[in-house]
Amino acid sequence: MADVRQGMVARVASVDEAVTESRRFQEMGLTPGTLFRVLKVAPLGDPIEIELRGFRLVLRKGEARFIRIEPMEAPRV
Amino acid sequence: MFEGGPVPVRTLHVALVGNPNAGKTSVFNALTGARQKVGNYPGVTVERCWGELEVDGRRIRLVDVPGLYSMNPESEDEAVAVSAIRGEVRGEPEPDVLVFVMDGSNLERNLYLFSEIVHLGKPMVVALTMTDLVRKEGHRLSVQRLSRELGVPVVPVVAHKRVGVRRLVRAILDAQGGGFPIPKEEWSSIAARYDWAHRVAKQALGETHHGLRRKTTDRLDRWLTHRAVGLLVFFAIFYCVFQAIYTLSQPLMDLIGGAFDSLSAWVGGLLEPVPVLRSLVVDGVLAGVGTVLTFLPQILILFFFIGVLEGTGYLARAAFMMDRLLSWCGLNGRAFIPLLSSFACAVPGIMATRVMPDRKSRLATMLIAPLMSCSARLPTYMLVIGAVVEPRFGPVWAGVTLFAMHLVGLAFAVPIGWLLNRKVLRGRSLPFLMELPPYQMPKWRDVGLGMYLKARSFVRTAGTIIVVMSVAVWALLYFPRSEETVRRLEAEYASSARAAASVDAYVQRGLIEQSYLGRMGAGLESVFGLAGFDWRLSTALLASFPAREVAVSTLGVIFNLGDGVDGESRDLRAALVEARRPDGSPLVTPSVAAAFMVFMALCCQCMATLATVRKETGSWRWPVFLFSYMTLLAYLASVATYQVLSRVLG
Repeated sequence: MADVRQGMVARVASVDEAVTESRRFQEMGLTPGTLFRVLKVAPLGDPIEIELRGFRLVLRKGEARFIRIEPMEAPRV
Repeated sequence: MFEGGPVPVRTLHVALVGNPNAGKTSVFNALTGARQKVGNYPGVTVERCWGELEVDGRRIRLVDVPGLYSMNPESEDEAVAVSAIRGEVRGEPEPDVLVFVMDGSNLERNLYLFSEIVHLGKPMVVALTMTDLVRKEGHRLSVQRLSRELGVPVVPVVAHKRVGVRRLVRAILDAQGGGFPIPKEEWSSIAARYDWAHRVAKQALGETHHGLRRKTTDRLDRWLTHRAVGLLVFFAIFYCVFQAIYTLSQPLMDLIGGAFDSLSAWVGGLLEPVPVLRSLVVDGVLAGVGTVLTFLPQILILFFFIGVLEGTGYLARAAFMMDRLLSWCGLNGRAFIPLLSSFACAVPGIMATRVMPDRKSRLATMLIAPLMSCSARLPTYMLVIGAVVEPRFGPVWAGVTLFAMHLVGLAFAVPIGWLLNRKVLRGRSLPFLMELPPYQMPKWRDVGLGMYLKARSFVRTAGTIIVVMSVAVWALLYFPRSEETVRRLEAEYASSARAAASVDAYVQRGLIEQSYLGRMGAGLESVFGLAGFDWRLSTALLASFPAREVAVSTLGVIFNLGDGVDGESRDLRAALVEARRPDGSPLVTPSVAAAFMVFMALCCQCMATLATVRKETGSWRWPVFLFSYMTLLAYLASVATYQVLSRVLG
C-alpha cells in the first residue's frame, strides 16, 4: 500500500494477519479481494483517500504497509 | 378483578448504537431534544449522553452509545461503547432494546457492525438514516427487503425533519420482550461477514449497489481537497473561524464584563457595612462567576463553527489535509481545530478535543493546547513590551518580540506532544483511519443544540470549580488583615515621603504585601530570583492563577496605582521602568522582561483551563499533571532566558 498513485484502482491481495493493526483495517472493509480506488493523495503527500464498498476512507500509507495490493487494469470500481 | 392504583411499569432501557457518522446524534436529538443529560463515563474521557421520554405512560431511558466500528474495541470510546451495549457499565442497567442506527448510503460497512451485534441476541430495531441522500443520488433502497434479510423491523428516519420518529418509538415499544433470533450464518472471518453484508446490501439496493456515485461530493472535493486550491480554501476558512473567536467574542465579553462590573458595584454598595463579606462576594464569588461567563462567547462561537463544519463533512477534509503536519509530533489531523482555537483560548480548544476519537491523541492534544499563546496573555505582553522593549529597541523589535512570544509555546508543544505520545501516555497509538462522509447541509437544530449543551456543561461543571478556586485565591490575597494593619499603613502613608497614587492605593499595596499570597511571593523570591523576579513580580504571577490577565491589575496594585489599570496604562509602564531593587539597580531590565514574558507564555496560570481538563477527563490527575509540567517548564525556561540574556545584554 506504500506506493499508490492518485486515480489508481487496485485489489487487496493479502493482509499480514500477524500485524496487530491488520484487524482494524479489515473491519473497515479492507479484506483480501476487496477492490478500491485511490481518490486523492493529501496535499502534503500523506495520508490518502480511497473509495471502497461505497464509502470513502482516509489512511496513512505507512500504517497500511502490511496490506499487499495488486493494481488492476480497469479504471472502474 | 383488582381495583387499585396504576401498575408501576418498569422503565424501558434503550441503547442507540451504530457507526460513527451514521447520524446517531441526530436521531438521539430528535428523540430527546434538549432534555438530554451529558456527563462522563466513570474514569474515562468519554462523554455519556442520555435522556428520557415518556410514551403512553411508558418511560423510556435512552442512552446514546459512542459510535463504534466493531465489537473488538480499539479506542477508549469503542471500549465504553461495547461495555454499554453489553450492559457492563457501572451504574447503568443492561439495555432492553438496541436501536441500530444504520447509514443507508453506506450499507455494507454498517451491516458489518450489525453482524457482530446480532450475536448478543437482544431485541433490535434498525433506524435507517440518510435515505434522502440515497434517493437524491437516484437510487432505490427497499426497506422491506432489508428488513426481511435482517429479521428485525427497519424504520427509515429523517431525524432533523422528524420524519419517522413516531414510528421508531412505536417499533421500540413493540420490540421489547421479544428476543431476536440469531441468524443462521456462522461467520468464520471478517471477510465472511463482509460477504454477507455485501449480499444483503445488494438485496436492498438492487443492481445500483456499489454504483452509488457521489456527484456533489466529487465535484466539491475536486477543489476542496485540491493540492493548492484546497489548502487556500482551508486557510481562508480557518482564518475566518479564528478571527471570529478572537474578535467577534471581544464585544460580547466586554458586554458581560461591563454588566458584571455594574452588578458588582451595586452588590458592593449593599454590602458596604461588612467589608469582609463585601470583598468575598465581589472579589471572590462574583469575579469567579464573571470569569465563567466571559468564556461563553468563545465557546458558543467555536462550537457553532465546529457544528457547521462537522455537519457539512468539511471537518474530516480539514483533518485529511492537516494530518501530515500534525503527525510530526505524534498527533493526527483531528488535533488541528483544538490547537488552532487554543490560540484564542484554551478552554474551548480543550472542549473541542471531543472531535478526536482516539483517547491517547485526545489527551496529548489537551495537554499541549494550553501552550498555544491565548488572548489572555496579550495584556501582559503589551505591558512589558510597551514598557521595556519598544522604548529601547524600537517598534520593529516590539513586533518581533510579540511574534516570538507566540512561537515560544508552539516551539515547545511539538517536542512535548511527541514525548507525551511516546513516553508518558500509556496504550499504543492507533492507526489513523478516518471516514470522509459525503457533503451535506448542516442540520441547524443539531448545531444549535450542540452549542447549548456545550455551554451548559461548561457552566455547570467547569464553572463550579472556577468559582471555588476564585474564592480560594481571593482568600489568600485578602487574609490576614486587620483594622490595625490598615491604620498602620495609613499612618505610614501620611508620614513617609513614599510616592503612591493615593492613600487607598498605598494601603492596597501594603495589604497585598502582607497577605498570604504576598508572603508566598516573598518566600519564593529566592526561587524566582534565578529568573530575575523579585517579590513583586512573583506575587503578580501567583495572583494571576485565576486568569492570566489578572497579572496586569495585580502589578497595578503592587506598583501603587490601584487595580484599575490595563496593559496600555502609561502610568504602569512608567512604574515598571522606574522600579528599583533594594540596591538601587533597575528591576525590569530587558532580560527580566523577557524572562517574565517567557514564564507567562509557558505557565498554566489559568484555573479555567485546569477546570476544563478536569471536566473533560473526569479526574484531577490530568489537570494536576498539566499544571505541574507547565509550571516547571515555565520556570526553567524563564531562568534560562534570564541567565543567558543578562549575560549578553548586561
